[in-house]
Parts: sequence; C-alpha cells; structure tokens
Amino acid sequence: MSNFSSLLVNSYNECPEKTAITVLLSGKTDQPVTYRQLIEGAAAWDQALTRSGILPGEVVVLIQQHSLELIFAYWGIVLHGSIPSIMPFLTEKLLPERYRADLSALVGITRPEAIITYREFEPEVRAALGEGSSVRRILVSDEVQPAEKFDPNSFGGLQRKNDDIVLLQHSSGTTGLQKGVALSHQAVINQLNTYANTLKLNEQDVIVSWLPLYHDMGLIAGFLMPVLLRVPLVLLSPFEWVRAPYKLMQAVTHYRGTLSWLPNFAYNFCAQKIRDRDLEGVDLSSWRAVSNCSEPMRYESQQAFVKRFAANGLNPAAMCTCYAMAENVFAVTEGGIDGLVAVDEIDRESMQVERKAVPAQPNRPTIRMLSAGQPLTNTRVRVLDENHRELPDRMVGELALHSDCMLSEYYHRPDATEKAFHEGWYLTGDFGYKADGQVYVAGRKKELIIVGGKNVYPMDLEELAMEVPGVHAGRVVAFGLFNETAGTEDVVIVAEVDTQNETQREQISDAIRQTVTRGSAVALRYVHLVDKKWLIKTSSGKNARLANKEKFLKEIGQG
Amino acid sequence: MSEDLIKQLASHIAAEVLHQPNRVLAPDQPLLSSGIVDSFSLVDLAMYIEDTFGVHLDDSELNKETFDTLAQLASLIASRQA
Repeated sequence: MSNFSSLLVNSYNECPEKTAITVLLSGKTDQPVTYRQLIEGAAAWDQALTRSGILPGEVVVLIQQHSLELIFAYWGIVLHGSIPSIMPFLTEKLLPERYRADLSALVGITRPEAIITYREFEPEVRAALGEGSSVRRILVSDEVQPAEKFDPNSFGGLQRKNDDIVLLQHSSGTTGLQKGVALSHQAVINQLNTYANTLKLNEQDVIVSWLPLYHDMGLIAGFLMPVLLRVPLVLLSPFEWVRAPYKLMQAVTHYRGTLSWLPNFAYNFCAQKIRDRDLEGVDLSSWRAVSNCSEPMRYESQQAFVKRFAANGLNPAAMCTCYAMAENVFAVTEGGIDGLVAVDEIDRESMQVERKAVPAQPNRPTIRMLSAGQPLTNTRVRVLDENHRELPDRMVGELALHSDCMLSEYYHRPDATEKAFHEGWYLTGDFGYKADGQVYVAGRKKELIIVGGKNVYPMDLEELAMEVPGVHAGRVVAFGLFNETAGTEDVVIVAEVDTQNETQREQISDAIRQTVTRGSAVALRYVHLVDKKWLIKTSSGKNARLANKEKFLKEIGQG
Repeated sequence: MSEDLIKQLASHIAAEVLHQPNRVLAPDQPLLSSGIVDSFSLVDLAMYIEDTFGVHLDDSELNKETFDTLAQLASLIASRQA
C-alpha cells in the first residue's frame, strides 16, 4: 500500500531530476523544483519538526504566503508523518485582531501541536494563542537550516497507515475554521487515482494553477495530484493572478499547459480584464481541460471565456465542469472530458415553482443548465427528498453521495460529523437533479454564500455587522446575490437602524462595510439600511435570509 | 487640476466599486488597507485609469504601498502625465 510519503520517496528514487513544480513569482525568474530538491527542502522541515519534539500524527498548521517555503514545509510535515493544515495568511484588508480571533477559533477546535509561519507574522500567531494552548511550538521559516544527511527510506511518514489522517482541510470564516475536514491517506489516494482516470491524465499533461493552497481545489487539483502522480505543475500566486489575470494565459502558453481549474467568476474575470496587448503571442491551444469548479457553474461564463480567447487558439471543447467538495477529497463529478459539457435547457417556471427540471417547452421561458458531468466511477450520487428518500430523475432534491474517498470525520467534531451523514451517505447541502446520467447542481440548502470561489457563512458576516454601533443584535441579514457580469455572488447586508438621519445612516453604512470587510476579508457590494421591523423573521425567531433577500430585490426593483 | 482628478476618481469608485454613486470619499481616506477597494476591483481601477488618463499602472503597483488614498493615486497619475 502506498501513502503520501512512499509516493513522494518513490519519485525521488525513480526520477529525482524530474521537475515536480515550477514556481512563478513576480519579478523573479521561474523556479523549477525537482523531486530531489523537493525532498531535500522537505527533509529540512522534517528534521526541524523532530528537533521540536513534534510527533507523527500531530497536527501542524501552516500559515505561509505563496512561496517555496510553503511547499517545502507542507511536504516536510507529510514526510514527518504529521498532519498539515494550511490556513490563509493575513491580508492587508483583514484586521489583525480579527485574524487572531479566527486563528483562536481554529486552534480551539483542531488543537494543533505546532504552527509554521514566517518571521514577521510570528508575534501575531503568538498573540492568538492563549494560556494552555495545544500549540507547543511555533516554527519560523528562516530558522530552518538546510537538511543534514538523511535516509529517504526512514522518514516517519512512511509508517503512516492507510486509514490514518493525512491532512485537514478548513474553509474560511469562524464557522468554517471550526470544521476541519479530516482525510485519510487512502481516501486521497483513491480520489487521485479515480480522478486521474476520469481526466485521462497522461505523459503530455501539464497542470497550471494560480489557486490558493488553503482551498480544496488548489490543494488537491493544483498541488497534491500533480506532485503525487508526477504531472508537472506550474504554480502561480493567487495574489498576483487577481492583479494580472493574463499571467495565467502566458504561463499556459509558455509551459504548454493542458489542465487548469477555475472558479466560475474567473471565466468572467479573465474574459473582461485582460488587455489585448497582454495576449500578444498567447497560444492556448494546448489547454485540453479547463474545469469550472467550486462555485455555481454558468454556461454564460464559459461562453464569454471561449469567445474572448478563441483568437488565441482556445479549443471550445476544453471547457469542462466539476462538482467538488473537500468532504469527498475533491471531485464528485467531471463533465466535458469526452466532448462538450451537456447543457440541459429546461422550463423556467417548472424549475422555480415545482422544483422539477422539465425539458424546454415551445414559447416558454427557459433556463440553460450546465451539467456538472457524471459521477466519478468511485462515487455514487443520489437525489433525496426531505425525508431522505431517493427522488426520480429530473426532480430537484438534496444531493447525497457515497464513495471510497470520503472524509474520515470533521476533526474533533463528532456532532458535525454525525449530522453530515444519513445511513452512510454524505448530505452535501446542495440541491440538484439527475438526468441521463448527468448531475445538475441547482442551488443550496445550506446557508452559504460563495463569492469568488470562497465559501462564506452568512452568520459570520452578520455577527461582524452587529458589532457596529447603531446596529442591533438579530437585526441584520447577509446573503449572496448572483451578479451576471462578475459570474459570482455579490454579498449584501441588510440592517435595521433606528436613526432617520441621513448622515448618521451613511456613517453606519460605512462602518458596516469596514467592519465586515476587515473582519472577514469579504468585500460587501451592497449595504442596505432599513427601518425598524423591516426584516422578516421566522416563527423560531431565526432570521429568514431567503425571504429577506426577496424583499430586498423587490425594494431595489429587481424582484 | 489635482482636485478635478481626485473628484473624477472618487465618483468612479463610488459608482462602480461601491455601488453608492452619492457616496463621498475623502482624498486622504484609506481605500486599499481599509478594504473599500478590494483586490478584485484593482484591475478594473487600473484599466479605468489607463483608458481615462492615459497612464499605465503595472500590476506590481496595485498595492497599498504604491497608493492607498485618492490623493496618492491622483499624484501618481499626475506625475506620469507630466
């Protein structure tokens, strides 16, 4: 049986000079890392962890920017046999105090034994750890010495068993950070092998990714899969990509990239925000699969992308879709590898009123649903009604799944783990339907906003807004509103205030924007202040986000 | 001149980034470090500046070290127009 460490050590033994990852950093020459260099860099971290008394099976949280150090440290933790979990680093718009609170939230539940970070950030990390914290050691990148002589066959990680946990995956915000998805070696390896077959991974493939590694799409598709399965990876910084999206196109051109994964908004973003002059010499004909993943997939977004880059040789058949979640390691379905992604044109009213995907009727409004593809061969997908009974094709219900690559648990959260399953099936919280063997995702049951590929829990944003003077507890709602132009959700906050004074209202609105953005790193698109008793409450006293969203849309004239 | 520039930038940001056309932004108000202008809007802003003022901002300059306020942005633009 293989585990992460044995796969990596095999590559070191069999093809030490093969480039595993090429790291792109603005203003520097592209940095190729061979399997030999990867193991040597990682061995330094393994030795540092040993010296720090960190044991196999213990959790190490990684807070690092896009860098070689992040890569080496990650594999060092793996080779050591410890469990890595990458946490986003502090961005300039996030308040340090809030970051500390988030970090405390994660540390409190996950109880990591060590944290690896960079020098400037160490005080921040230290400040977040209270008395009696589980963290025994904070390691800083520049303290780590080059590896001393090591025997690649004696790494502690080689002893890890199939069902041992190999990594933790968190989503963002206080809520997300308190729910770490724990994955076993076996689960990840099953996913990678099955997904590689689905994708028809081969010798010619090159993966190009700008995705952050603290997100499952970036971590699995854009990091672990290529490194473990020996597919060359070209890795860009998410920070740079958002400022210069053309760099993705140039990297694909230069390295003859064949596979990439993008959240839906990135199709719109690239189509709209790249100048012609930055596309000179760009040739995207090598791209054979660009998978739309991690937010609702839109036909229009993919079409805009195809149209924009057709002149650069982009093959329209390269447009793929993927429905994925950390709880299944990553991919649940993939569409478009053989031929075009299926599009299901359905009757709009039947969908909205009866929750039924009826094929389009003449002279009636329709919706074009983009298929998420077929389930991976190791994953079964069911559509369930409210009583967890399976629904027939074309009926919308909650998607549930069963596979050999599921999470072991939510780490230290037996309550959340139990709630997530029904008779061994993982309840995704997403709505969808099946038709002709294809899976279509249509909305969410769980209260989650997905903005720019990032999962945001509305309650986290509401709590932040309630901190603003003039805003009252329980009198705020946050929700997502799909923005056609951006191809993602805009975040809206509606808050009741007492004052009628315009200047005061403007101040409150500014303060909400600032507090929420700096508390969550989520930019608000609309802050809507309303009078007392505007918000609709449900009988249980919980605020009804959907009803309030509809009321908001009516009020701004879009309902 | 600089005041006109600031006014024009302010109204663009208020309308296009904040969706609050009537919103008043002070010349010395931090925009990037406060999160008023988020990273997804920076490319837009750079494109707008190039189209409107004929000044190119490199992507490596889209950070709070290069400019954080309207006043700083306006003087950057003015210095390149000169």
